[in-house]
Amino acid sequence: MKKLINDPADVVDEALHGMALAHPDHLRVDHDLKIVYRKDGPQQGKVGLVSGGGSGHEPMHGGFVGTGMLDAACAGEMFTSPVPEQMMAATKAVDGGAGVLHIVKNYTGDVMNFEMAAELAEADAGTEVKSVVTDDDVAVKDSLFTAGRRGVGVTVLMEKIVGAAAEEGASLHDCADLATSIASTGRSMGMALTSCTVPAAGKPTFDIGDDEMEIGVGIHGEPGRERMKITSAKEIAAMLVEPVLADLSAARGDGVIAFVNGMGGTPLIELYLMYNEVAAILEKSGVTVARSLVGNYMTSLDMAGCSVTLLKAEDTLVRLWDAPVNTPGLRWGL
Amino acid sequence: MADLAAFQSWIGDFAAVVKDNEEYLTDLDRAIGDADHGTNMARGMAKVAALAEAEAFPSIDTYLKKVGMTLVSTVGGASGPLYGTFFLRMAGPLKGIEDADASDVGEALRAGVEGVLARGKAELEDKTMYDAWLPALEAFDASSAEGLGAALAAAATGAADGRDATKDLIARKGRASYLGERSQGHIDPGATSTAMLVETAARTLA
Repeated sequence: MKKLINDPADVVDEALHGMALAHPDHLRVDHDLKIVYRKDGPQQGKVGLVSGGGSGHEPMHGGFVGTGMLDAACAGEMFTSPVPEQMMAATKAVDGGAGVLHIVKNYTGDVMNFEMAAELAEADAGTEVKSVVTDDDVAVKDSLFTAGRRGVGVTVLMEKIVGAAAEEGASLHDCADLATSIASTGRSMGMALTSCTVPAAGKPTFDIGDDEMEIGVGIHGEPGRERMKITSAKEIAAMLVEPVLADLSAARGDGVIAFVNGMGGTPLIELYLMYNEVAAILEKSGVTVARSLVGNYMTSLDMAGCSVTLLKAEDTLVRLWDAPVNTPGLRWGL
Repeated sequence: MADLAAFQSWIGDFAAVVKDNEEYLTDLDRAIGDADHGTNMARGMAKVAALAEAEAFPSIDTYLKKVGMTLVSTVGGASGPLYGTFFLRMAGPLKGIEDADASDVGEALRAGVEGVLARGKAELEDKTMYDAWLPALEAFDASSAEGLGAALAAAATGAADGRDATKDLIARKGRASYLGERSQGHIDPGATSTAMLVETAARTLA
């Protein structure tokens, strides 16, 4: 294992210290509880947006804290859900009187911990909390017989769009409805060229040959649905986009936000090359790209590979997508 | 009969076993999950093992509650809420009891396992820790009349058998479920740590 670290046990903590120092004007970090806060929060009268999850997916979620996106992000250990204590503290701290929305990715641990936090918060009384779970990964089949589909790329788009709605003063009820509708109209599929290496484990999470790729991976180095020989970007793009389009039942004339996400170990030039292929398939299918996003936004440590997310987007969604955002990870319209 | 000191040596013994098997548990998780079960359990159990030295507990149930809360707030993942809930619920039936006999421990075990079920919503043969918990509980109840020692020994065997049986199962819960048939042929890491917890109980509680 070759990594820029001091001690595997200190990676999350030291990275959060670095993040706080790098963004002193915008972020405040509670190092005891590992929570990244928007510096100018809580915003009175605004719905608070809290997300969180295992570390190792940067910039998600801490890098999406700021104006127009999240109010707080709870950082768990590497690839491990944060704990209820963190979520409760974050929820109370960002409540500006309009309630708090939890954005939770559908992983057994994340869902259980956020659920426990909600139970404890209820017993504690006070803040009104709603939860929305993202589960957009079409690679997971037979979702009735599994933990369900994983929450992946749609989470980033949801945090941006619902963040904009909250910033404009939407109610908790409306923010939750918007998030639910995004969850049901966005789908993703990912692939990996290499495994990732979790610092504490010290070795790659899975073995993969030089000429192999893994289709249908998640974002934790868990193996995907299928192992196959590597092929061209054009064919890989088809393997990712077609199941997503089919699952979305996207029709000619539909507009989408198209998101090509890097897993952390793939250079941007390859991601743009992939986007070129993705855009070609969409054009052929008659699907209009309303907006796009290309880059490493939801990573899996040093894994090489990418995922494709498509979110059906009508005018309101596009308007909220274009609204100003000022976070370490996404920044425009200012 | 098991008193507070016995429960504390159970937790201490389990923490030591988890530490010794940290890499093994992580390796099992690497095969079908995300390679962190050993790391997470070792981190949480190190905190829990330190509790007994750091403060004096008035009773078994207050101690077990603290064990549960500590696990919930240090382990993370799914194991934190599951093991945390197990100990929190286990504390209930032991309230007011200084020396727990087979029937007390049996009730506490049942409450704990029901907590795991409620939290995880797993069914038997989903390839989860519940596959070790349920046979442990059933074996305990079947031998309960023979005393705490015999019941715990039977429970340990039940948990170990349940753990071994997860090898052939296709996962339907947790991250391993994303693998579908590729999860077959691997022992479930959560069932493995559960078997360790029951085995250490048999060594220390009776």
